[in-house]
Order: sequence, then C-alpha cells, then structure tokens
Amino acid sequence: MYNQSPIHSSAGTSDGTSRSYMVGFIISVILTVIPFGLVMYPTLPRSVTAWVVVALGVVQVFAHLKYFLHLDTAKEQRWNLRALIFSVVIILLLVGLSLWIMDSIHHNMLAH
Amino acid sequence: MSNIVLDKDIAHSHEHGHEDAGSMRIFGFWIYLMTDCILFATLFAGYAVLRDSVAGGPSTVDIFELPYVLAETALLLLSSITYGYAMLAMNRNDKAHVLRWLGVTFVLGCGFIAMEINEFHHLIKEGYGPDRSGFLTAFFTLVGTHGAHVLSGLVWMAVLMAQISGRGLTNTNTTRLSCLSLFWHFLDVVWICVFTVVYLLGVV
Repeated sequence: MYNQSPIHSSAGTSDGTSRSYMVGFIISVILTVIPFGLVMYPTLPRSVTAWVVVALGVVQVFAHLKYFLHLDTAKEQRWNLRALIFSVVIILLLVGLSLWIMDSIHHNMLAH
Repeated sequence: MSNIVLDKDIAHSHEHGHEDAGSMRIFGFWIYLMTDCILFATLFAGYAVLRDSVAGGPSTVDIFELPYVLAETALLLLSSITYGYAMLAMNRNDKAHVLRWLGVTFVLGCGFIAMEINEFHHLIKEGYGPDRSGFLTAFFTLVGTHGAHVLSGLVWMAVLMAQISGRGLTNTNTTRLSCLSLFWHFLDVVWICVFTVVYLLGVV
C-alpha cells in the first residue's frame, strides 16, 4: 500500500524540528558573532585570539553537522558517519602533511 | 495472528524498499559531498601555504573588510535556516510553504553571490586580481570555488522550484529536496572554514 505522504528518508537527513533548527541557528549566530567581535575589537593577545577563533570554528562546524545536517550516531546513519570520519582522516593527512612538507622546504631551502 | 504480522511485515518491507531507493540516492549524494570536502581541503592547504607569498602586493590585512564578510555570513546563515523551514514544510506535505521558503532561500543565496562578486570586482579593479601574487591566486581559487558551488546550488534550487510547482511533492522531488538540503548546509560548513581560516585568521 503506497501512500504519497511525505517520505521520511533516513539516510543523511533525519527530520529536524522547527525547534532544533532554531536552536542550531541561535548557536551558530553566537559562534559567528564572538570570533568576529574578538578580531574586530581586539582585547586578547593575538595568539590567544587566533586559537579561540579556530576552536569556535570547529565547534560551529559540529553544531551545523548536528542541527542542520542532522548527523548523529543513530544506526541508520552509521554509514554517513563512517564516510565522514574517513574523509576527516584524509583531510587531516592531506592538509597536515602538505603544511609540514612546505614548512620544511621553507626552512631548509629558502631561509638561509 | 502470525500470518497477519507476516503480511504486515511484507507490506512494510515493500514500502520500505521503495523508500530505500530514495535514501540510497541521498547516501550516494553524501559520498559525493565527502569527495567535495577533500577538494576544498586541497584548496585550503594551498591557501595556507601561499598565504604569505604576497610578492610585494597587498597582504590579508590590507584587503579584508570584516564587517562586509560578517554581512555575507549572515546571509548564508539565514539561508540555512530558511532552507530548514522548507524541509519542515516538505515533511508536512505543504507545497505552498516549501516553494515560499525555497524562494526566500534563493533570494538570500543571490544576495550572498552578489556581495561576493562585488568584493572580487572591487579587488580586481584595484589591481589586486588573482594574477597579482600567489596569495591572491590561492584566495580567489578557494573563495571562488565556494562561490561557484553556491551559484550551482542556486541554479539547482530554481530548477527544483519549477519541478515542485509543476509536479508537486512527489517522492522523486522530496529526494531531490533532501539532496539539495545536504548540499546547501554543507556549503555553509565550508563557509565557516573560509571565514575562520581566510578572513579572521588573516586579520587577527
């Protein structure tokens, strides 16, 4: 028996509620305004500001994954999560090793 | 009794099988997004390496205007929640509201693109085009690739709005809506990385 009622696709997007979208949005606004504020009106030492900005960026990415992309550890979403974790490993290797290599080149060949 | 349960199970699994085609498509789209993540990661790595190669030209502090970037970010964040409301309307099977919220999202996305084109135009007019230095090449490539993604998302959204207004919220269209939802929110995540790594760390 088919019904044309809205399907609830489980892969990738479980259903958000109006409340969870609003919570996600408010968290996201806060996590955007704080780093912009810290950089536009410097109050902390430079390196501290940089680390805080990066940390808040990471938290905001997680907030978006949870509230907008609806990624969680539910069983139907295990493969989405696995694919994401695999990509994160690749990205860390790619970016980390590239920067390491270029930094070594810079120190050994350019800065005499 | 057990027969009834069995029948129900079969009916259920039949229906489930039908839904599975949609959710497999969405999963496939998720895999594509993961490869797109890696594309952006290479561009970020390139940017991080070339950031200080200004070749006597402008550096990050000289050309970035944070209030302008904050406005761009606001447009993109707002468009994320309006798309969320379109998805909620889709779950209620409310075609009119799906189209309305998609329209709002579309306008916000166009605003973002317009601001970015204006920023690029301004830089190029000043003589700070992508050919000026390694830093600017990496900057235009990274931010431009994100912009191109947003632009293609907007084209997709326009086509999808036409399809929904023509054929309604069919299973095919709801699957497409779910895929575009992932794409749109994913671009938001990439933009968080862009404004953190490029703009904020550039000015701090």
